[in-house]
Amino acid sequence: MHRVLANEQLSPNVYRLVVQAPRIAEIRRPGQFVIVHLGPGAERIPLTIADVDAAAGTISLVIQGIGKSTLDLVELVPGDVIDGIAGPLGRPTELPEHGHAVCVGGGVGTAVILPIAQALHARGVAVTSIIGGRSREWVILEDELKACGEVVTCTDDGSYGRPGFVTTALADELARGGVDEVFAVGPVPMMRAVVGLTGPAEVKTTVSLNPIMVDGTGMCGGCRVTVDGIVRYACVEGPEFDGLRVDFNELADRQSTYRPFEKAALEHREACKIGLRTGAPVDAPPVGAGAGARP
Amino acid sequence: MTLDPEAPLTPKVPLTPKERMALKRVAMPEQDATARSANFGEVNLGLTEQLAILEAERCLQCPKPYCIDGCPVRVNIPQFIRFLRDGDIKSAAQSLLSDNALPCVTGRVCPQEIQCEKVCLRAKTGQSVAIGHLERFVADWGQRHAAEIAGSPAVRTGKTVAIVGSGPAGLTAAGELAKLGHEVTVFEAFHAAGGVLIYGIPEFRLPKDIVAAEVDRLIAQGVTIEANAIIGTTYTLPELREKFDAVFIAVGAGLPVFMNVPGENLKGVYSANEYLTRVNLMGAWTEGADTPVLHGQRVVVVGGGNVAMDAVRTARRLGAASATIVYRRGREELPARAEEVHHAEQEGVEFEYLAAPTEVLGDESRWVTSVRCVRMALGEPDESGRRRPEPIEGSEFDIPCDMLVVAIGTRSNPLLTQTAPDLEVTKWGYIVTDESGMTSMPGVFAGGDIVRGAATVILAMGDGKRAAAAIDAYLRGELPALPSAEPAAVA
Repeated sequence: MHRVLANEQLSPNVYRLVVQAPRIAEIRRPGQFVIVHLGPGAERIPLTIADVDAAAGTISLVIQGIGKSTLDLVELVPGDVIDGIAGPLGRPTELPEHGHAVCVGGGVGTAVILPIAQALHARGVAVTSIIGGRSREWVILEDELKACGEVVTCTDDGSYGRPGFVTTALADELARGGVDEVFAVGPVPMMRAVVGLTGPAEVKTTVSLNPIMVDGTGMCGGCRVTVDGIVRYACVEGPEFDGLRVDFNELADRQSTYRPFEKAALEHREACKIGLRTGAPVDAPPVGAGAGARP
Repeated sequence: MTLDPEAPLTPKVPLTPKERMALKRVAMPEQDATARSANFGEVNLGLTEQLAILEAERCLQCPKPYCIDGCPVRVNIPQFIRFLRDGDIKSAAQSLLSDNALPCVTGRVCPQEIQCEKVCLRAKTGQSVAIGHLERFVADWGQRHAAEIAGSPAVRTGKTVAIVGSGPAGLTAAGELAKLGHEVTVFEAFHAAGGVLIYGIPEFRLPKDIVAAEVDRLIAQGVTIEANAIIGTTYTLPELREKFDAVFIAVGAGLPVFMNVPGENLKGVYSANEYLTRVNLMGAWTEGADTPVLHGQRVVVVGGGNVAMDAVRTARRLGAASATIVYRRGREELPARAEEVHHAEQEGVEFEYLAAPTEVLGDESRWVTSVRCVRMALGEPDESGRRRPEPIEGSEFDIPCDMLVVAIGTRSNPLLTQTAPDLEVTKWGYIVTDESGMTSMPGVFAGGDIVRGAATVILAMGDGKRAAAAIDAYLRGELPALPSAEPAAVA
């Protein structure tokens, strides 16, 4: 049982939950994630550990409420409990010893970038974070990243910071030279665009992937991704991989497996909330959010 | 003595041997095949008390009972059957439970036909005693009367044991060790205890409330279950060894094996582990479950074991108009239990024998559309003693499907072993143990699939029982002679 201590809204649909999980807070390393199981009947949701307070025994989970299961999580209030949090899972980030790293975060992927940027900064690596969102209200964790180094904030509509995509800012950064490594986490098109720049520039690029998972320990194989032509399990062999070698087309494709279910689940959830149970189609398959829940 | 199962029981008059031998084996009442292939209710309905006592009369009470040697956990079969025959079901249940920590489970999923029932004396001249059916009857009665048959709590030894994994090996060891007064904590990676009993074996073969009740009985005996704890990440094995007086590793062989053919990452291709976990553990077969699962209309399951049968029968129940097993050998070679194959056939599952997939084909949106197979012929026997399947050149053919489940086996998970450098493993990642079940780390024991490779529930339970005896001996500073590692009579 894990008590929710705080829930703060970071953007129109992104929330930061601070949850009691002393053991995980004590031992987790940057890049690792947990599987959250809210209670009986709930999905198991993989979520990156965005931050920890080992002394307080808490972890922070940054969650985008987009599907039925993630909405159930972001609507928790302080005092509520989460039945199970399993982890820490996945391999920790392989951190360079020195040099200059650029951390690129797209949308809720910024929450995955944060612990990496913090760890890099702590060991003396110069960090430039490039983060972005559709508009100002969608930019998250800017202050936290500023504590780790320079932050370039981009908005698609130019309402805040630099107008345009994070990749444009990254291209400028690469052109300036002196970038030893890039960490990029965000939607698949963003990560694909990043390696489209860093590949030709021959800059080492690490990406964190969010395929569909059930157990997070290697037993289901649902999270299989192709890296350098070899099938890997993101849960135990990742979630971070050499971005230049990842088959992003396959990843994006596999992430879409349960899209129709997600839509039905969401409609059902809304119908339940406003007391219209008729919204649940009798012949519809059991439904849930499934894919891509992990930021 | 009447042979009519519907007739009222006659007063207890000892049967003559001739009358006993004349009794025919009772049949397990089953849910109708057409009805059940569309629901998740249990297929086998269980014997009535009347049928059970009638069947118990068939047991010859052999002075030298082979059936006990045929049982991997050495249940005193004639004893519990004798109590049952005499109408003392409570004593029958207590007797059974003293030998077998999970009798409701084994009474449902054991391959009795190659174990106790195979060596039953009555099998020589006809049909064996239906030992499995009787076990289930007595065990279920015991579960319904748990309070009545609960033993007195054991005297605490003050010793602590960590068990890694709550599958059949781990739960059996937990039960045995708790009975001996040790303080047992079971670590489970999932959010619920049971391992393969809850994520793998479907509801229609092993209802989950039955497993939950078995787990509850262990908890009532003082066993602690720590869910969501992954040994290898949440805690390392050396950490556990430090905190507990002994450790038993029973993590199973959890990693799915894929076919390694092109197209295996298309949408609609599942490992059996993923498919069954979604349906069973995550409850995707129930309406309103949060976890989704694909409902294939034309489903192909690759493999011929119990897991393949579970997957293909699940697919039928989730609405598949066609559900086909693709197996590279023939019907005779199927490794699945005879009953599962028989039930699958009754439920309209099709079998494509002597065929092996070479490629998975998909459409432009990368959903699976068919599986390309090559025809196989059986050659000379291989090391397993089964005839080796060999592809027939140019015999490729396609089976259309919108969902494909790969059920060709599992292998060891390195998650635990990679954080324990002192733990000796084979080149396949299985843990090496001595005859007592102890690993290369003193005080750390292992059993079940993580030692022997993928096998059955009952063999894992046998390992758990033997390991518990060895752990108890270890904790008392002695390791006595142990029963042989394999039941002698099992082929």
